[in-house]
Amino acid sequence: MRLPRLWAAGPPLVVGVVGLVLWEGAVAGFGIQEFLLPRPSSIFTHLLEDWAVISHAGWETGRIAVSGLLVGILLGVLLAVFTTRFRVLHDGLAPLAVAINATPIVALAPIFNAWFGITGTLSNQAVVVAVVFFPVFINTARGLTDVHPAEIELMRSYAAGDWAILREVRIPNALPFFANALRLAAPLSVIAAIVAEYFGGPQDRIGNVITSNAALARYDVTWAAIAMASVIGLVLFAVALVVERVSMPWRFAGDEEITEELERERQT
Amino acid sequence: MNATSDVAVVVDGVHKVFGGAGADDVTALAGIDLAVVPGEFVSLIGPSGCGKSTLLRLIGDLLEPTAGTVTVFAKPAHQARLDQDYGMVFQHPGLFDWRSVAANIELPLELHDWSKADRSARSAAMLELVRLEEFGGHYPRQLSGGMQQRVSIARALSFEPRLLLMDEPFGALDEMTREHMQGELLRIWRETETTVVFVTHSIPEATFLSNRVVVLSSRPGRISSVVKVDLGDRTDDTREDPEFFRIATEVREALRAVEAGE
Repeated sequence: MRLPRLWAAGPPLVVGVVGLVLWEGAVAGFGIQEFLLPRPSSIFTHLLEDWAVISHAGWETGRIAVSGLLVGILLGVLLAVFTTRFRVLHDGLAPLAVAINATPIVALAPIFNAWFGITGTLSNQAVVVAVVFFPVFINTARGLTDVHPAEIELMRSYAAGDWAILREVRIPNALPFFANALRLAAPLSVIAAIVAEYFGGPQDRIGNVITSNAALARYDVTWAAIAMASVIGLVLFAVALVVERVSMPWRFAGDEEITEELERERQT
Repeated sequence: MNATSDVAVVVDGVHKVFGGAGADDVTALAGIDLAVVPGEFVSLIGPSGCGKSTLLRLIGDLLEPTAGTVTVFAKPAHQARLDQDYGMVFQHPGLFDWRSVAANIELPLELHDWSKADRSARSAAMLELVRLEEFGGHYPRQLSGGMQQRVSIARALSFEPRLLLMDEPFGALDEMTREHMQGELLRIWRETETTVVFVTHSIPEATFLSNRVVVLSSRPGRISSVVKVDLGDRTDDTREDPEFFRIATEVREALRAVEAGE
């Protein structure tokens, strides 16, 4: 990686550290009650003290988020490819999916408990799948169909069939759209998992640690669990960025444009 | 050139109507008869909306005529397309961002099941033909518009199609690049002895490149006149030749007659 990219991480790091210091100072300086807003240092202390509980909860919630994410991606991509192949389906489903995506799907969590059982993890996973599915389906379907007409005509002039056009043009064309969906869906999966856990499922998860400790006014533990949830979201987001980079090397090739003049000079 | 077919393209009584059977129908082309001989360079020129691109797509079997027939190398256009007789270049270079320059040129060869060794040998030869030897490993977006269009031409020629169909390929380029590209295209045309049908709206471009300029009128598109061009071996000096101006004027007069007739 080139130096400027490393430097780019500098300013946000500095701002983040300064923010934490200001937070710490403000809580101490203004005498803010610990139960309203604990100091970052005390959150960190509780994170270490309750590490066994919080890390276990993080691991379990992370598993729900990741498994729901993977299933949601799989379903979204498969349906997108399927509807591209059959345009009538696409024209019927795509606007509907956009409408459903605009509704708060996590609100379905209690319903899903009734459908899939309140004690198991299935209902929580189902919420994650539903939340992930729509952005993945909508964006991927768009990428598969949003192809320049000249590119399709070109393929047809080579006597290429629908399958070759899907493989050589539509799927690579959809990759950037899919990557955007993934950036969106990866952190969403953690949010969905935690909100779903507020309503049911096993009691040793991040969502339950947050609700039960908040009910007991143990806000510092609550905050420690929130910190853990943030870390999971960030890790998934980072994985999404890595997937984007690895799957589309052409997007990250050098930015230099070679001009006609420069190139003519090279030849003479 | 192929000795078995003395005519490359025959367009016979072609009509093209867009739309269903209603009042909104647009007759894009009416009664088009045109023959192109092997090795010939023919330009189609006319006001916008005259159906010149439609005619090109009918020849290339990307559209089907409402009436009449298109025969390419003594076969129906559809068969010619399946036989990979066409190379096409559009105004939009249509290069795939995700393929390197060399891999773009090799795409039609992959679709035609060429071996890997044959493919890379051919793409190297093609890059040499369009003078982009050093850029095979680059991605398209790293190249300028003119260079991208040369890659597009290299790709169209990679499998040695017998007919090259070009739809305003230099339309998006600046004037100097455009003239440079025209010179390159003529050089490639001479080297490969391909037959070319070329759509443009530029009078100097049509005059400079062609053996014949076909002038179309609009709504419905008809062939209103055909201007023969005999400029011998064309160089950059040809553009300042009195004979070049005389023929360009003839094309211009033909186009004016078309516009006045509307």
